[in-house]
Amino acid sequence: MSDDVINIEVDGKPVEAKRGQMVIEVTDAVGAYVPRFCYHEKLSIAANCRMCLVEVEKAPKPLPACATPVNEGMKVFTKSPNAIAAQKATMEFLLINHPLDCPICDQGGECELQDLAMGYGRDVSRYNDGKRVVKDKDIGPLVSTDMTRCIHCTRCVRFGEEVTGRPQLGTTERGENMKIGTYIEQNVDHELSANIIDLCPVGALNNKPYRYSARAWEMVQRPTVSPHDCVGSNLYAHVLRGTVKRIVPRENEAINETWLADRDRYSYEAIYSPARLESPMVKESGEWRQLDWEEALALAARRLQAAGSKTGILASPSSTAEEGHLLARIASHLGTRNIDHRIERRDFSDQDADPAYPWLGCDIADIEKQDAIFVIGSNVRREAPIIAHRIRKAALGGASVSFASSEPHEYFFDVDEYLSGAGLAELLSGTGTKGVVDKLTKAENALVLLGNIAGRHEAFSTVRALAAEIAKSSGAKLGTLSPGANSAGLCLAGVLPGADGLHAGAMLDQDLDAVVLLGIEPDVDIHSTAGAVDKLSRKDFVVALTAFDSSALREAADLLLPIGTWAETSGTYINVEGRWQSFDGVANPVGQSRPAWKVLRVLGNLIEAPQFDYLTSEDVRDELQTGLGEIQPQSYSGSTKPAKPNGEDAPAAEIDTPIYSVDGLVRRAAALQMTTAAKQAAEGDG
Amino acid sequence: MNRIVSYFKTFALWELLKGLSVTQKNFFRKSVTLEYPEEKTPQSPRFRGLHALRRYPNGEERCIACKLCEAVCPALAITIESHVGEDGTRRTSRYDIDLFKCIYCGFCEEACPVDAIVETRIHEYHMEAPGENIMTKDKLLAIGEKYDAMISADEAADAKYR
Repeated sequence: MSDDVINIEVDGKPVEAKRGQMVIEVTDAVGAYVPRFCYHEKLSIAANCRMCLVEVEKAPKPLPACATPVNEGMKVFTKSPNAIAAQKATMEFLLINHPLDCPICDQGGECELQDLAMGYGRDVSRYNDGKRVVKDKDIGPLVSTDMTRCIHCTRCVRFGEEVTGRPQLGTTERGENMKIGTYIEQNVDHELSANIIDLCPVGALNNKPYRYSARAWEMVQRPTVSPHDCVGSNLYAHVLRGTVKRIVPRENEAINETWLADRDRYSYEAIYSPARLESPMVKESGEWRQLDWEEALALAARRLQAAGSKTGILASPSSTAEEGHLLARIASHLGTRNIDHRIERRDFSDQDADPAYPWLGCDIADIEKQDAIFVIGSNVRREAPIIAHRIRKAALGGASVSFASSEPHEYFFDVDEYLSGAGLAELLSGTGTKGVVDKLTKAENALVLLGNIAGRHEAFSTVRALAAEIAKSSGAKLGTLSPGANSAGLCLAGVLPGADGLHAGAMLDQDLDAVVLLGIEPDVDIHSTAGAVDKLSRKDFVVALTAFDSSALREAADLLLPIGTWAETSGTYINVEGRWQSFDGVANPVGQSRPAWKVLRVLGNLIEAPQFDYLTSEDVRDELQTGLGEIQPQSYSGSTKPAKPNGEDAPAAEIDTPIYSVDGLVRRAAALQMTTAAKQAAEGDG
Repeated sequence: MNRIVSYFKTFALWELLKGLSVTQKNFFRKSVTLEYPEEKTPQSPRFRGLHALRRYPNGEERCIACKLCEAVCPALAITIESHVGEDGTRRTSRYDIDLFKCIYCGFCEEACPVDAIVETRIHEYHMEAPGENIMTKDKLLAIGEKYDAMISADEAADAKYR
């Protein structure tokens, strides 16, 4: 509408703006920088730092650019003597109580206050009185506090109120005595809570595990992708001399916006965990012995060739697509179809109806545009915190969000209907869904989302058929979350048994001569069959490619090959929207570990697989991509007649993996294991 | 005429006497050379020699691992690793200066916010084995302790010009 466009002037240049925009949005758009502390694009306007004061013609005093709506004919001066004087005065007030401890502050070098003090601060203070000192709070193992440095921008408070919906931080008292804190002593433990570190413009809230270990200017920033959930959050790894020092979000509006789940931020600690396997190990008559790579690979190749079609291959759903492609090629050369990555799934009865890959049903960014969402069998805040955040945004935007799961989980928005208290199949086939179906039917954009608890359900085929029935009858899209970071990629790469192979549930029960495990810890990762460690230990030869050593692996496997974690290997993750995201290794390998795709490539050479001469992981990816051609995402569209539950439908049999136990990395990240969520899970009520 | 004068001068050893007069003149002057190492030239308190890490009078390390010296070092001679110290403060776990890389410019000293790293007036040192050119934190602190009196006196002498 033309009425919405108004003309204003910024620093003498005519600019078009939309009615209702704030001055700072317009100045940012035309590149006229206005200093700010409390203003943040993703948060509400507080206008309490006063740093963004600008001069506006006919206004008697400078106005805060972040809280002044544009008006027709407005003339804004961001660099006029009056504006600069106002900004300098504000800076002087802010610095009255800010300590001069930049040399020991972790924010030093990347601090908004430090940067702006260079531009707007005086070189010598006129203030001689005592400075304010505030007691530090202990707000948990993830975020360190130095509250004396706080400038009261309240970004962290607004983040809690607006983004997570869980206002754990707040202000007490006022004026100079104002303090940010948790009211009562408690951990800030929302799964997105560590984003307050990035929001804090000063060094008041900082990264606790990273504390004092490096400086912002000496680290190299390398892009990578999160390996923990099907979202594929974009990350930057900050690397010092080949070592990952911390992880920060990489902005991507289509996926994680500017946020990052705590899990993605702190799991890097596990790369340097003492549990890393540092050299190949072989079990010889019950004794473990170190051996070199050459010997280990020759042994693996010999045993796999001997086993031939009686080989089984299991890959973790967080393996890269390249690793998947190489595994699939090795399997076909060995003449076996026993290859699978669905180690969390327990019901394979209608696996023929599986779509090409698990698809969310829409793009991640579109979740918040839905008018009705029905989440089935998912503890979505734990399974995919970023998806949970998008669902919350949809709910705040007026969407009707309903859940069905046997255990009720806590959400920080108004949940429309929460079906719980019985098994999933019973909940979905009962009359309780009528209200939800009505809302889905009425909604223009509706989404039915199957979660990982459903995916691990003993009667998954029934649950999925019921969900498809609900989606079909209400005209909603059917989407699914998937375990690991790359279920989609591994499905596309062919890490699936097909019709004549053994699936993950049946593989270990069969008489196989050799089993290959890629990135799997059989005691905790495999749900598809019970007693996996025991079953593996009875196989003739089990080779495990693993980043971590564990007693269960030593019991199950005969040969351990150390592979790099996601930070040490290049690869591609395909997320639940079908988005291909390639990344490079960001850190030096630990010990003798090698990227898994390189190990598999050499293994392929040793078993004399043809055309196995890839030089880079990009070669592997390109071959996979070319072979696949165009893939259209599709939802499950199998039987719409719900089959009878062919397994138990008892709530007690459902498996809900705690947020900080999803994979080997997270399980070994020291800080994450000290969180309230991890402790509760360890006590058994997680 | 000239030829006659030069003829007589040659026989009178004039050139020789002229030269000896310079010798004689300087013979009674104060000597400018020194019998090193018995004698030494005076040094400025700002002399930039071997590095030292200082402690506070109560024994606490001054260095807070801010890494400004590492950042400012034009020769990339300084390598620091930091961690949370026993008392919860920011401390170095490693502080190495490679004396082969160091160009003794004194920037580290200037950058230091707590006067921890200093360049002392020590300039007579040698290395016997490979690797001794790396001054570790322990070595630097030991120098700081040993020459504390000298370093403090130099700082005091220079303080009024800072």
